[in-house]
Amino acid sequence: MARVVAWVVLAAALAFPLAVQETYYLSFASRIFIYALAATSLNLVLGYGGMISFGHAAFVGTGAYVSSIFIAEGLTSAWFGWPVAVAAAALAALVIGAVSLRTRGVYFIMITLAFAQMMFFLVNSMKAYGGDEGLSLTGRASTGIGIDLGSDVAFYYISLAVLAAGVGGLHRLVHSRFGRVIQAIRENEARAEAIGFPVYRYKLACFVLAGAVGGLAGVLLASHGKYVNPNVLHWTQSGTLMVMVILGGVGRLWGGVVGAASLLGLEDLIANHRVEWLASILPNYQQHANLGVGVVLLAIVLFAPQGIAGLFARRRNA
Amino acid sequence: MSWVLILEQLLNGLQFGLMLFLLAAGLTLVFGIMDMINLAHGSLYMLGAFLAAALVQATGSFALGVLLAIPATAAIGMLLEMSVLRTLYERDHLSQVLATFALILIFNEAVRIVWGPDMPLAMPAALSGPVELLPGMFYPAYRLLIIGVGAAVAGLLYLLVVRTRVGMLVRAGASNREMALAMGVNIRRLFTLLFGVGAGLCAVAGALLGPLLAVQVGMGENILILAFVVIVIGGIGSIRGALVGAVLVGMVDTIGRAFLPLLFGLFFQPRVASAAGPAIASVLAYLLMVGVLYFRPQGLFPARG
Amino acid sequence: MLELRSVSKRFGGVVATDDVTLEVKRGEVHALIGPNGAGKTTLIAQVAGDLGSDRGTIVFEGADVTHAPQHQRVRAGLARSYQITSIFGRFSVLDNLALAVQARSGSSFSFWAPVAGEAALFEEARAIAAEIGLSGRESEIAATLAHGEQRALEVGLALATRPRLVLLDEPMAGMGPEESQRVITLVERIRAQVAVLLVEHDMDAVFRLADRVSVLVSGRVIATGTPAAIRAHAEVKRAYLGESAAA
Repeated sequence: MARVVAWVVLAAALAFPLAVQETYYLSFASRIFIYALAATSLNLVLGYGGMISFGHAAFVGTGAYVSSIFIAEGLTSAWFGWPVAVAAAALAALVIGAVSLRTRGVYFIMITLAFAQMMFFLVNSMKAYGGDEGLSLTGRASTGIGIDLGSDVAFYYISLAVLAAGVGGLHRLVHSRFGRVIQAIRENEARAEAIGFPVYRYKLACFVLAGAVGGLAGVLLASHGKYVNPNVLHWTQSGTLMVMVILGGVGRLWGGVVGAASLLGLEDLIANHRVEWLASILPNYQQHANLGVGVVLLAIVLFAPQGIAGLFARRRNA
Repeated sequence: MSWVLILEQLLNGLQFGLMLFLLAAGLTLVFGIMDMINLAHGSLYMLGAFLAAALVQATGSFALGVLLAIPATAAIGMLLEMSVLRTLYERDHLSQVLATFALILIFNEAVRIVWGPDMPLAMPAALSGPVELLPGMFYPAYRLLIIGVGAAVAGLLYLLVVRTRVGMLVRAGASNREMALAMGVNIRRLFTLLFGVGAGLCAVAGALLGPLLAVQVGMGENILILAFVVIVIGGIGSIRGALVGAVLVGMVDTIGRAFLPLLFGLFFQPRVASAAGPAIASVLAYLLMVGVLYFRPQGLFPARG
Repeated sequence: MLELRSVSKRFGGVVATDDVTLEVKRGEVHALIGPNGAGKTTLIAQVAGDLGSDRGTIVFEGADVTHAPQHQRVRAGLARSYQITSIFGRFSVLDNLALAVQARSGSSFSFWAPVAGEAALFEEARAIAAEIGLSGRESEIAATLAHGEQRALEVGLALATRPRLVLLDEPMAGMGPEESQRVITLVERIRAQVAVLLVEHDMDAVFRLADRVSVLVSGRVIATGTPAAIRAHAEVKRAYLGESAAA
């Protein structure tokens, strides 16, 4: 059933730009795809791997900044800038993961948080690349093969393709040997080690993989807005990604996608579609969308911890 | 660079450290006894600052405003504990993180709706001048007040935790929760009380730091991370650890920011120094945490054996 | 095959294992008995690698494994089962066992090919399920199994790693006579290929299965010998039954 829905949604997404031409909607959809990718990468390490990493924004940010710096310096080829940016994110994940994964529980959460904040501060003080004001790009990267990334339609399809590859890849991964081990580790780490798996190595590999994909999302994010600023590395951004994952369903294949679409959709809805009875209580409620997000998130954690995807799964099994 | 400057920065570090301690104390006990990660702790700090600002405006007196803000924040803290936070004790860490993150969002917007993005809070005129501590060495009176209040509260907390029955129950709970429960400690009431005290401490810190750091939405998030760094360094569940950790972090952060760029300037070219100096200074506290965790993974004074 | 020399461990002020010297010979079933709190589980944890040792050496098949990480010891053929059931609750019985088989058959850094296609893996898992008496229960989710079945799976996971020496920590804990008999039969069946260090409270089982018995009291080995010799040992009697029994 989920398969059918997925294919229908994909078909709709492919057809979307043919029906809708306005930049606003294409751009909004692209943004959803990019955040969906970022949230999916977090879902890998958090939902499937069981590692509560509060520093995932650091890898998204690394991808965003490295790719932007290349463009700012005149190296505009996507074939060069993008892979290097992803590799940089993977390297950051390797270093941060190698140290953090030596710790457990809350210490792990704190240390990933600390590393992310360190990167935030470091980037914040890079005056050469905008410092706390951020870095504006003159254009998106060039592909050299006739695809103009500057075109909203082209960028839409590229983001969609990357997201589809990401989710498809996650699906294969989850059912592969590696996926089994990771989920076993999440289920019972001690026993996984006791049957002969070098747990640390697997967790680190998962962490790095997730970081790399997060970096790719960051690359797309910076390209999309042609702008990047240190806030993309702030721990509250990690929090936002976590909100998406829990909203969509932790450890479920479509958790990241559903979560990103839901959260961004909700925010857009609140900002752009005025609801009169709400306005009568609080005239400028639309500027306080986060209040709604907070309440929804709290409700989900307290009453529906499996997220939206989980609700559907449960109904199917019932 | 004179010794006057050094002494001044040392005092600044102590001042910041003592305020961090007020936040860390409440946080470490919640974490230590109930094993709960509470990200909304910073929101109580912000609430304390805003309430103080509003009450000062209403009453016209700094002291009265601050003093009234403390029980008000404590009450809100206890209400929060009894309604939402209590349901999180049995949940896993991820749920706690997400739920309290949701609370941050809610509190930030709620404060914004009620009071706006920021509020003015000026230090009392009587304390806005400098005091001559030593011949030729002047230090702001207000900061001395903060140090005094911070030290007094630390002393009071020490007495409370070490010398009273309630304090003993708290320490017992921190070192072995199941045992404390088995011995019949009414954990629920103790806990609500503890939360209230923690919230009150946050209010003191928020109100006192308000005139120095600006009372604005989001002020809680920045200091929250440092508070977590403090309790990880000090050892989760330990008040003593929170004090030592807080003063250490306060000192390292303040002195680092003041002197590291200068130090770098001595060894590196000005362009490198002006960029790297502040960058590294701002992450010193985190580097300290990583360092401590590497050698003493349980922190400096772990409450649990 | 397995040699422990002066193995010790303390937790703060508490001495858990104290200067333990013990050996398990090839093809032997060596039982480890002792009153509650004697340090048996701690010793097993040290041998398996769950816990580090403060002092002493652990030699397995001629190699010093005292500081080797647990997964390495398992790869070398030294596996354990747990006193408190530690299985992969949300996985099925078959998947539980398949995991252990997967651990020793090739690399799991494989990200693309679906495991479901590896028939050999699941064949072997099914065989092990049969060995431990869980045939027909393979698709049950582990957490939903009855206590005795979970204990069987517990032991099965250890055996699925095809160890050369297995550490069984109270495999019959909480079992009735029929289930206990099944465990005894299992140990009888595997003893030809796998040496066993068995921690148990069930004295009938111990005296039926063991080639030799070591007695651990307050972290120290007070006696090692054949079951008959141990039964007659004065100090052992005193430790278990009190002063009057030894007299």
